[in-house]
Amino acid sequence: MIYLKLFWSFIQIGLFSIGGGYAAMPLIQEQVVELNKWITMTEFTDIITIAEMTPGPIAVNSATFVGIQVAGIPGALVATLGCILPSCVIVLTLAFLYYKYQGLAVINGVLSGLRPVVVALIASAGISIFIAAVWGGRAVSFAPSSINFVSIAIFAVAVFVLRKWKLNPIYMMLGCGVVGGIIYMIFPTLLK
Amino acid sequence: MADKKNMTAKQYLKLFTSTFSLSAFTFGGGFVIIPLMKKKFVDELHWLEEEEMLNLAAIAQSSPGAVAVNAAILVGYRSAGILGAFISILGTVLPPLIIISVISFFYQAFRSNMVVNAVLKGMQAGIAAVICDVVINMGGHVLKSKDWVSILLLFLAFVANFILKINVMYIILVCAVIGVIRVLWQKKHPKEAVQEEKK
Repeated sequence: MIYLKLFWSFIQIGLFSIGGGYAAMPLIQEQVVELNKWITMTEFTDIITIAEMTPGPIAVNSATFVGIQVAGIPGALVATLGCILPSCVIVLTLAFLYYKYQGLAVINGVLSGLRPVVVALIASAGISIFIAAVWGGRAVSFAPSSINFVSIAIFAVAVFVLRKWKLNPIYMMLGCGVVGGIIYMIFPTLLK
Repeated sequence: MADKKNMTAKQYLKLFTSTFSLSAFTFGGGFVIIPLMKKKFVDELHWLEEEEMLNLAAIAQSSPGAVAVNAAILVGYRSAGILGAFISILGTVLPPLIIISVISFFYQAFRSNMVVNAVLKGMQAGIAAVICDVVINMGGHVLKSKDWVSILLLFLAFVANFILKINVMYIILVCAVIGVIRVLWQKKHPKEAVQEEKK
């Protein structure tokens, strides 16, 4: 039963994530954190972090991770299979059509209509992660005791550096990890 | 270009090892894998032509699912038919499957470690920053296009997802339908479509 649920959730993720990478994020979040509660928001951010640092697509990485947490290795296989199945069917069909007709104006038009939506969904997932970084599991409030100011500082500096010098995201994240690690080791009370 | 009928076991193996090593060493998302694939399959193996690779990349990026998996399916299919597609899927999916499985087993022990916890908390803020950067770039393109339907869709989709908490799939389906209607409208009213393109 759990295998079927995993399979079905990741089919939906595979089917509706268009544009790759970060576009899959909001769908994974919705399916595994919000609807099925298989993992927490913190674990979800961990997956994104791990996925950034390890090779492979975010969707496949999170399918494997969530599958194992929920139902061991068979769970990982089922979830990964679910996540790539829609791609197989759709991409092979498109490849067939492409080689037959060379050019797919209508499909391109539809996909160009989806592009702004993808931006909106990524923004929405990004804000969820920002909230998790600053307020952890706590309610969002402006009381200084509930805010993690180190996260805000790292976030602000990182955005500035990324905008100004177009640094590779992997180096950026490793850098943030090192800086955060040092700050929290020296001032453990700031880690919340 | 490889002739499908004359694919030998050795070539299938080559397809597998190529996709496996590309996947194992491609960090940071699907878009990175496209230039690497071009190097491997166009420049090195001569299984595909450059122009063809670009078209396949466009299909891979605009289809549902992971870009790297989609690209592998297309390259495999083009090089060696359906069997080739499945071989390259296997080659692409195995490395992350193995690596993440290993990490998952150590995750609980790993996560409760104080140092790891501190580093991951720092990285969490970093991830938020990276996503913010991606959104500024992508959103900037949409805003600069001065395509008011797209800009409106962007804001409506954000409100629907983040504030109203409407299921992502419904939002995508509704916007896909709007996209279809728009394309059909432009086909019926070619003048406006030309103006759109000029913009």
